[in-house]
Amino acid sequence: MKKTLIMATSALALAIAAPQAMAEKAGAVKIGFVTTLSGGAGVIGKDMRQSVEIALDHLGGKMDGIPVEMIFEDDQVKPEVGKQKTEKLLTKDKVDFMSGFIWSHVALASRNSIVKSGKIWVISNAGTSKIAGNLCNENIFSTAWQNDQVPMAMGEVLNKRGVKSLYIVAPNYAAGRDMVAGVERTFKGKILGKDLTKWPSQLDFSAELAKARASKADGVFIFYPGRATNAFMRQYAQAGLTGTPLYSVFSVDSLSLPKLQQAKLTNVLGTYSTQFWAPDLDTPVSKKFVADYRKKFGSYPSHYGAQSYDSIMLINSAVVAAGGDLSKIKVMREKMRQADFPSVRGKFTYGNNHFPIQDFFLRQVVADASGNWTTKIVQKVYEKHQDVYHSKCKMKKTW
Amino acid sequence: MIDPSLLFEQLFNGIQYGMLLFLLAAGLTLVFGIMDLMNLAHGSLYMMGAYIAATATRVFDSFLLGIVVALPAVLLLGILIEMLVLRRLYARGHLDQVLATFGMILFFNELVRLIWGPEGIEVGLPPFLNEAVTVFDIPLPVYRIVVIGVGLLVAAFLYVLVVKTRTGMLIRAGASNREMVGALGIDIKKVFTLVFGLGAALAALAGCLAGPIFAATIGMGENILIQVLVVIVIGGIGSIRGAFFGALLIGVIEILGRSFLDKFFELFLPVNAAETAAPAAASMLIYILMALVLFFRPQGLFPARTG
Repeated sequence: MKKTLIMATSALALAIAAPQAMAEKAGAVKIGFVTTLSGGAGVIGKDMRQSVEIALDHLGGKMDGIPVEMIFEDDQVKPEVGKQKTEKLLTKDKVDFMSGFIWSHVALASRNSIVKSGKIWVISNAGTSKIAGNLCNENIFSTAWQNDQVPMAMGEVLNKRGVKSLYIVAPNYAAGRDMVAGVERTFKGKILGKDLTKWPSQLDFSAELAKARASKADGVFIFYPGRATNAFMRQYAQAGLTGTPLYSVFSVDSLSLPKLQQAKLTNVLGTYSTQFWAPDLDTPVSKKFVADYRKKFGSYPSHYGAQSYDSIMLINSAVVAAGGDLSKIKVMREKMRQADFPSVRGKFTYGNNHFPIQDFFLRQVVADASGNWTTKIVQKVYEKHQDVYHSKCKMKKTW
Repeated sequence: MIDPSLLFEQLFNGIQYGMLLFLLAAGLTLVFGIMDLMNLAHGSLYMMGAYIAATATRVFDSFLLGIVVALPAVLLLGILIEMLVLRRLYARGHLDQVLATFGMILFFNELVRLIWGPEGIEVGLPPFLNEAVTVFDIPLPVYRIVVIGVGLLVAAFLYVLVVKTRTGMLIRAGASNREMVGALGIDIKKVFTLVFGLGAALAALAGCLAGPIFAATIGMGENILIQVLVVIVIGGIGSIRGAFFGALLIGVIEILGRSFLDKFFELFLPVNAAETAAPAAASMLIYILMALVLFFRPQGLFPARTG
């Protein structure tokens, strides 16, 4: 009787004491991930989600021993929807970290809600100049790039390859104009013409292609993300422009290539694009990520996926540094500033605006050993390149 | 100055784009003019045509067989929709029809997502269609020449059907005076079903032809339907002739606007301002034309001859 009573008492005591003893360590690491899961851009969100899955597989589903709970939300490529979903994640789900975000305008609309919450935000794609510049914040980190860097690298490539004249076609919205500004900043040749097309509804490019051909430019530069890539590529071939080299940014990638191959658009083979990463990037983490992704999903991951993988790994480094106590925002932030985590891009550093200072490569479309189209790194264009907007960010680099 | 060969090429592009609009507008204008039914889901039939053709093209490895399968399939789908849903709407007002057919757009978009997934499908073309031929030193895409050819054939077919055949006579009679046709012992319901099926098949044909240019994607119908509605307003509701010339006009204006408006603006604006203003203005041109037509000639440029 006495024994039972003691046992019961100690059990009760344990039950009461346990939560207190564990108070510092969170019960779960909740990560809110905003991306696009519906519509034409849904493929991007799918790739990001699958890459997060691979990252969690590599972590055994835990960060510092705490189970990870991912909550994915669909922004439908609409700023107002993205903001609404962000607020739901912050207030209803009470997430510990925010991540994801493909689109610059969606990220900008959601920024204030996240900053006010005091939570750490790891942006997996959207590289708007504003968040890299005067809207930077101590709790905002990017595992991608700033929009302009990729077309700037392309401009350098064009100079090196002796391209004397260029025709530019891009959609008429924020990121489209960023891309055009980026390539214009570094390209030293002559720009013979520029068309900004209605976005996203215009998918007929016959008028623009005829003008590009008539201009007799050495090359054509495009930025057409999502489903517009394929429409543009097929019309490029049909218009008989195959003799003019095509240079693209954020258009030809692991998501569009299987579709382009399906449509037998062989003119895409051999074309060039610039990016910080390609599936064949020779770093141990990237190789493991690509191999496991292909084993699980049967296709190549895209750069969106690689960036999402990095987002999860960056968050993990912070959770481990804080010993699982997610209220230690300052400790986590300092750790993240070190960029001390296994990244697909190898070792890199963070600039004062929390955007990576990293290398950029020229990639070419090739068929791999089993005949699947993919992008292959040809050469390094920029070494440790920092975006131009960091000087507009008021944070000082103390790490 | 404008290079004449570029101008010729852009005219060609405009006519080609107009032909695609015509295939959609012909069906829609018939349904609206004869059955007095506002069918927003016309774009969904276009999308279904594109998806079915894309799938069949892949299965049989032949683009032609893809079209052969898609046309009757969407024709049947159209007849089914008419009998199950639209018949109940004839007696109601246009607002009810718009709401119901808008619901059908959502239904079909979700249906496509369930069957084919969210990504859209690419339609491969045989290599000889995927290149350009040189005509008078101007390279023209072979496939777009084919589209123009098909559009002209359909226009000729519709002309013969409506003007020279008994079926066409019934269609015209039904448009002029529905009650009288019924009183003369003709089953007007059957005529309506036939017209709707024909419109659906034409939309499907447009979808088949659009596939290799734009790829089959969810929501492709809504994108183009707005321009098709402009065509119908400009051409005259219920008039196939109006749909034909209206579509060509819209196609040519759209393409020429995108081609030359920036050069035109540069005459009196700084280059940078012209570059950003031109695309915005180019996409407004057809609506400005529509407003002008509505103001000066509200019955359309080629109104249907009804008693």
